[in-house]
Amino acid sequence: MNFDKELDARGLNCPLPILRAKKALAEVSTGQVLKILSTDPGSVKDFAAFAKQTGNELLSTAEAGGEFTFFMKKK
Amino acid sequence: MDTKKMAIIATKGTLDWAYPPFILASTAAALGYETQIFFTFYGLQLVRKDLSVLKVSPLGNPGMPMKMPFGPKWFKSINWNMPNAIQAIVPGYESVATALMKQTISNNGVATIPELRELCQEAEVKFIACQMTVELFGFEHSDFIDGLEYGGAATFFEFAGETDICLFI
Repeated sequence: MNFDKELDARGLNCPLPILRAKKALAEVSTGQVLKILSTDPGSVKDFAAFAKQTGNELLSTAEAGGEFTFFMKKK
Repeated sequence: MDTKKMAIIATKGTLDWAYPPFILASTAAALGYETQIFFTFYGLQLVRKDLSVLKVSPLGNPGMPMKMPFGPKWFKSINWNMPNAIQAIVPGYESVATALMKQTISNNGVATIPELRELCQEAEVKFIACQMTVELFGFEHSDFIDGLEYGGAATFFEFAGETDICLFI
């Protein structure tokens, strides 16, 4: 998937992946896509909840070998 | 849509209990909440300039696992809990426990308290210190970080009365 900015939140634990994502989203414009890498298993539910509450769209969630990849489109 | 609001009263002054208010406030701010923390009694320690005053004590805290943050896996899984009477007479026990906890926090990619507090301030979480307890404990305003407001219970209610979430920690 195409993306405009990448955030490496691997090794970080709650709530840092969300806080860093919030910051990164502030640096892209509406409609642009942020790719987020994370190793926190809690971040799967957290990014879904974050998207639901902020209106940013979670385009996809994928897991491979304990690593999670999210694509989020800025509202 | 109206902005959601959250108010927290932070009353604990230890390293472990410093986490909930700052984690919840920073996350709430990231979710778009207007957020305020009212620091009172021992919670005032969380807004000191010097955060090295924050310690964690396993003494009288049976819920706290005492595990080593280094060494092979079998070693890290041992629980070193000791009877209270022994903990109480070992000099520096609390400092050692605090150092081990800080190492565990770092090993797990968990933010430090100074980091979380800064993230709250960047996200414009409003910090209010209870003026009555500042005086009661003999603190000076110069003991605390910049950007604090000082007020009393009525100040807290002015904002708390309009919140969606209100927590006492």
